Amino acid sequence: MPTMTTTTQTHPAPGGSELDRREFFTKLGLGSLGVAAAGTLAFYYRYLSPNVLFEPSPIVNAGKAENYPVGSVTLDVDSAIYLIHVAEGYFSLSAICTHLGCMTAWKPELGMIACPCHGSRFSEEGQKLAGPAPKPLPWLRTWISDDGELMVDRAVTIPQMQFLRV
Amino acid sequence: MPSTIDTYFEKLERTRMWRSIFRSGRGSSTLHNALAIQQNVFLHLFPTKVRKRMVGLGATWYLGTLTLGTFLLLVITGILLMLYYHPSVPQAYSDVKDLRFVVSSGLFLRNLHRWAAHAMVFLAFAHMFRVFYRGAYRAPREFNWVVGVVLLLVTLLLSYTGYLLPWDQLAYWAITVGTNISSAVPLIGDKIHFLLLGGNQVNANALLRFYVLHCVILPLTAVVFLAVHFWRIRKDGGLYVRESEPGTASAQPQPASEERK
Repeated sequence: MPTMTTTTQTHPAPGGSELDRREFFTKLGLGSLGVAAAGTLAFYYRYLSPNVLFEPSPIVNAGKAENYPVGSVTLDVDSAIYLIHVAEGYFSLSAICTHLGCMTAWKPELGMIACPCHGSRFSEEGQKLAGPAPKPLPWLRTWISDDGELMVDRAVTIPQMQFLRV
Repeated sequence: MPSTIDTYFEKLERTRMWRSIFRSGRGSSTLHNALAIQQNVFLHLFPTKVRKRMVGLGATWYLGTLTLGTFLLLVITGILLMLYYHPSVPQAYSDVKDLRFVVSSGLFLRNLHRWAAHAMVFLAFAHMFRVFYRGAYRAPREFNWVVGVVLLLVTLLLSYTGYLLPWDQLAYWAITVGTNISSAVPLIGDKIHFLLLGGNQVNANALLRFYVLHCVILPLTAVVFLAVHFWRIRKDGGLYVRESEPGTASAQPQPASEERK
């Protein structure tokens, strides 16, 4: 339609800062597409994050404290924790290497904890001695249940050197 | 003198059904040859005309074609393996063992899948080295190099996701370590880790997600980028042959005595 074209061209938006109708609707359309795209992303992000996980409970029952004599370091492979009894008391360490998640092992002949994947080494208290691990092994919350059993919560870390005295 | 088979084909090519499928018609002219390529959905990605030296072994060592060949081999053997493999924690490992020891030809197909996967990674790298040292990545082919890098990443991701599926100790720890690397991404690393595994540890959800990535999402991505990759060869002026490029030494006029290839 030549008339419409002429109208648009001979009456440009005054001042330059205002939008003409076509530009306004283009921006409105693109804006709504952007909002819809963001909504779609949020929708799929939520769909891909499971709400219920069939993973084992983080709380581990390690049995009677008497089973762990002074000076012992015990690795529970299933729950990936160390239960350690030293003169100051009991404590529990995560056995998951802080580098890339491999399971470490206690080396009694070296008196240290070693990771088989990339060679990180930790002291008995979890302090890093060597290797690529960026952090010490975390100390886990440990307590005695009402039934007198040693409990460890793998989801809760505590400051180092907080020994449990029984 | 035309043989009986030639006459038979000539008759066949005149039938209405043949003409409805292959519209270019009969003939041996350059136009007919070009139309035969251009009007075929599979062949139209390729140029209608190529120089003989472009398709010789010396130009490319056929490394790209061989990479495609291993990919096709992997698709075929992969689909066959899917008929016996269940991506579930109780069954995955024993299914792979069954493929080795119980299923007829299972050992052969699984090993073919594994060796073809190794060969595809090797050939993709060899192809890239060849393209790089020949200088075939330069303008106007620089975008196709980028498409090739995407294809290399898809190839490596296919290898990585396939690694978990046997569900043995090697697979479990490799995926534990590999997905923990994604946690190192600033700010959103832990979220990526959670989404990749569908949880906090390598478990049933992770196995299923890696299976879907390995068998559906990544192969489809590869096919799309492969189509673009081949189509760009035509759009960028065919396969790279040094002698045919302007501005290279051998493209300059040669002494009359020397015959051009």
